[in-house]
Amino acid sequence: MAAMETQPVEVGKADRRSFLVGLLAAGGAAVGALLAIPLVRFTLHPVLARTTEKSWSDVGGVDEFQNLTAPVKKLVTIEQRDGWRKIVIEKPVYVSKGAQGQLIVLSAVCTHLGCSVPWVDKDEKFICPCHRGTFAADGKLVSGPPPRDMDRLETRIEGGILQTQYQFFRQLVRDKEELA
Amino acid sequence: MNRTRQKPGFRAWLDRRTGLDSILRHALDEPIPGGAKLAYVFGSGLLFLFLSQIVTGVFLAMYYVPSADHAHTTVAYITKEVTGGSFLRSIHAYGSSAIIIVLLLHLIQTFFYGSYKGRRELVWVAGCILLALMLGMAFTGYLLPWDQKAYFATTVGTNILSEVPWVGNGLKRLLRGGTEMGTLTLSRFFVLHVFLIPASIFALVAIHVYAFRKAGAAGPIGEDPESPKLPSERFYPKQLVMDMGFAMLIIVALGVLAYFWPTELGPKADPSDTQFLPRPEWYYIPIFQYLKYWHGSTSVLGILVIPAMVGLLLIGLPFYDRSLERRPWKRPVSIGIFAGILIALGGLGMVSQREDLHNPGVAAQLKTQRDATKEFMHAKFEPELSGTLPLAQNTAPVNPAAARGKEIFEGRSCNACHGDNGVGTAAAPKLTGVAQKYNSSQIESLLRKPTEKMSAGGMPAVDLKEQDMKLLIEYLESLK
Repeated sequence: MAAMETQPVEVGKADRRSFLVGLLAAGGAAVGALLAIPLVRFTLHPVLARTTEKSWSDVGGVDEFQNLTAPVKKLVTIEQRDGWRKIVIEKPVYVSKGAQGQLIVLSAVCTHLGCSVPWVDKDEKFICPCHRGTFAADGKLVSGPPPRDMDRLETRIEGGILQTQYQFFRQLVRDKEELA
Repeated sequence: MNRTRQKPGFRAWLDRRTGLDSILRHALDEPIPGGAKLAYVFGSGLLFLFLSQIVTGVFLAMYYVPSADHAHTTVAYITKEVTGGSFLRSIHAYGSSAIIIVLLLHLIQTFFYGSYKGRRELVWVAGCILLALMLGMAFTGYLLPWDQKAYFATTVGTNILSEVPWVGNGLKRLLRGGTEMGTLTLSRFFVLHVFLIPASIFALVAIHVYAFRKAGAAGPIGEDPESPKLPSERFYPKQLVMDMGFAMLIIVALGVLAYFWPTELGPKADPSDTQFLPRPEWYYIPIFQYLKYWHGSTSVLGILVIPAMVGLLLIGLPFYDRSLERRPWKRPVSIGIFAGILIALGGLGMVSQREDLHNPGVAAQLKTQRDATKEFMHAKFEPELSGTLPLAQNTAPVNPAAARGKEIFEGRSCNACHGDNGVGTAAAPKLTGVAQKYNSSQIESLLRKPTEKMSAGGMPAVDLKEQDMKLLIEYLESLK
């Protein structure tokens, strides 16, 4: 009770004190927030940066594919960024001819569960060894569990060289869906 | 009865459970004899800088790898690619210089005010140990970027240890993790820099602050060192405002420096370089210059005995300087020696600078090194190459049968699950070394008729002609 009685005398001082507390807290919070910005941006960097840059990989000389009678397997080299590392991996693709006789490049990854699909000369089909999904020479789905045709990759011809943009696509879905 | 009288609200509840209010009050109501003064801001400035080093250091560790292979790449990545990376690294690097500067100011203030006298011996002793630990932080942190100057400055720095009689070479090997500088040196410096020395600093800061609060603030030079008599003012608000103002000044200065003049990174350490002239960070330059004067039989005196004596003189000061006189003009001997050492260190720094400028060979080499650093800083970040391609080339089978087996392995998409070259994936186990576990006929029967467990994991039966099966097994057995 004694403390209660002395309080009125202290009010002015206490008010000034709590005002200063507020001022210091606000100032400290503002500086803290300002300092936190670079820390947050620093932490979020890998979340916002792309891991795989889309880039063109050489598949082979165009002449090589002029007289194509069946799809041929080619390995393309792709670069993937993993933070400060660069991973170079080889991915199999098939060069084939589309309906109008144009050159197409197919990803060898099965659209069903992601096995790599080989071309079988004897049967004149792509036959997936995992679950017997089969595709025609232009990648059209013929039979089996896969939900869609083989995935076509974007192509271009630069100085007589067939190039492709290797990409990954989601499996088990009806429509081709690019994975980042 | 008691329950009804408890104050309501979250803050009151938290205080009842933790006693936070009384801790805060104890901290803020610290009495300062003679009142708040700008001269007293250095201690809390140091605490603030240390916290800033911890925060920036922890964040830098998010990308840094302490290995001779990757350290330089990861620091280059932080500096050149990561958003805000150059800024944070610069705050950390300039922060180390700021700590040395504020430490010196703190030491000078304490010395000139005679604040170590009387009841405050332990405060002084803990402070001296903290000074040594901070110099250790600066020394160990300097190596971590693993660029040319880091590598060669640390080579020289650790070489000094071999001047210590009898145990010198052993100490040097212990610190380096071997006779030469290498990846183990980097690991050791990293552990010292982020675990051992910071842990010691935490402990010493606790002792330093506890001893300081136990003894009480020293007050101005007119105050009695044994039993303070001057009317005191509380730490809060005036001194707190001054301390916070100083902290803001530090962070603004660091921010401006880091933003406009970011810390550079030189080219990666090249141990075969014989031209490189190492120069330590500015605060070690006077000692670097001092050490140049000692070689041959007297080097033990200069490198070990004199520094040890200076260290002992400093740390033992409150025990032999028992006079209670605090006014500097009445303490000509101790002030004279202290000022003399400071002036000598400053002079040594200037001599070093002059020698570097006046020796044309040295000046040219230092310029070459600065240019190399500039060039490296301008170059785009080059990620480190790692992956399966070089591996695949290295492990291409030499045996032609195995090479044909590899075609079958890939043609049948075995590599889709077992990985290229049978290294294994999440979907299926590795096949390398399979020849050590099974002979050819066992492998064949497992391929033709997988066990139940294998089938359940998704392994299909391999139906191949006898000849192809032989080639495939030949390949599988070549996988090591």
